[in-house]
Amino acid sequence: METLYARLKEPFGLTDWVLQKPDLCFVTVAREQLRPLLLHLRDLEGFTHLVLLTAVDWIEEDRFQLTYLLHDRAKARDIGVRLMLPREDASMDSIHELWPTAATYQRELREMFGIDFPGSPRVNEDFILEGWADLPPYRRDFDTLQYAHEAYAERAGRETRDPARHMKEQLYPDGGQDD
Amino acid sequence: MKDELEKRLDRRPNDHPQRTALKDIPVREELLPRTVKTPDGQEIRIDPLQDYYCQAGPTVQTPAYTRIIEDLFNWARAESLWILGFGTGCGAIEMRPLMTPRFDAYRYGIQWRPTPRQANLLVISGYLSVKTLKRAIRAYEQMQNPKYVVGLGSCTINGGMYWDSYNTIKCLDEYMPVDLYITGCMPRPEALLQGFDDLKKLIRAGKAEGANRYAENFDWYKTNQKRVIRDWDMPDYSW
Ligand code: SF4
Repeated sequence: METLYARLKEPFGLTDWVLQKPDLCFVTVAREQLRPLLLHLRDLEGFTHLVLLTAVDWIEEDRFQLTYLLHDRAKARDIGVRLMLPREDASMDSIHELWPTAATYQRELREMFGIDFPGSPRVNEDFILEGWADLPPYRRDFDTLQYAHEAYAERAGRETRDPARHMKEQLYPDGGQDD
Repeated sequence: MKDELEKRLDRRPNDHPQRTALKDIPVREELLPRTVKTPDGQEIRIDPLQDYYCQAGPTVQTPAYTRIIEDLFNWARAESLWILGFGTGCGAIEMRPLMTPRFDAYRYGIQWRPTPRQANLLVISGYLSVKTLKRAIRAYEQMQNPKYVVGLGSCTINGGMYWDSYNTIKCLDEYMPVDLYITGCMPRPEALLQGFDDLKKLIRAGKAEGANRYAENFDWYKTNQKRVIRDWDMPDYSW
């Protein structure tokens, strides 16, 4: 893995590298370098399988992180390629020509995070949510609980217990020692 | 029953905050009126919503003219529960052991059918996302009377562990006429067998009137259904 990183570092201007496990590492790449890097990994380094493409909402830093996770079957190792996007009007180049499966992930990201991938097949069609008119639900500024309260009828009488407090009351009815 | 339904409807007024956010959903293309060419070359106008679907809503089935006949019917109904093979949540997994020799539900006259037209029991087996709810409603409406609905697991009762989800309904009987709930997360196959047995008792006592409740309160159910299914692009009643 280290030799792989040493090979990739210069040509693709990688800034950041985390070796999570002996067979899994993450690198961060700039937007223009993403496509050459993915092509290089796929065609020359043996990472032929796109395991997943997902996003993280770093709302405090006002950006989205995309993670492309690739797998090298012959050497049984994975590499995650991270990329930061501004949160405002987030849009990214599609990679569906590299891996056709990416189109599905991109369609999901479009629906759940509102990240656009112009040119990706069927990217604007409804995927799981049909007729959704609110904020994309995986964005962290979307208030899931409030939405669930407002949108769906509830049955009265539902109780919620904090498991820690409940067990304490069960086991130490006289209050017990404070920990 | 009706009073209770109306009370619940009052609780959520029509200018519900989420409702104002509705975007206009166009009707699906295959449901639009259009001109088509028949195989023998004629051009005809069709309006699928008029021509392909029944316009009348469901009707209430009145009981037979004497008690004894109705009891006979109910006995017969109770002894053949044919379940639609339609799994929604985790609960669908618990149906498989029932079909196989260990629990063998067939010995109670219970079996699974591949199409709504041959089934009379719809088991909503767990959480129901809005997308699935739409399919479940269509499946339910295509079943023939007499028909029953069983809600399986806490998700159908009060949301279960999906109570704070943006995408699952929390109270099945707002959208479908439920005859019986089976509690648990998940209920074991034994619980299901017990539940089916209880359903049989309800049917024999003439108390499993879900389909009639659906027909009587059709508008109320449709209002609730349309409140959560935003892209209502299908006929109101899929019979
Ligand atoms: S009640 Fe439990 S087992 Fe059933 S669908 Fe809900 S979460 Fe799954």
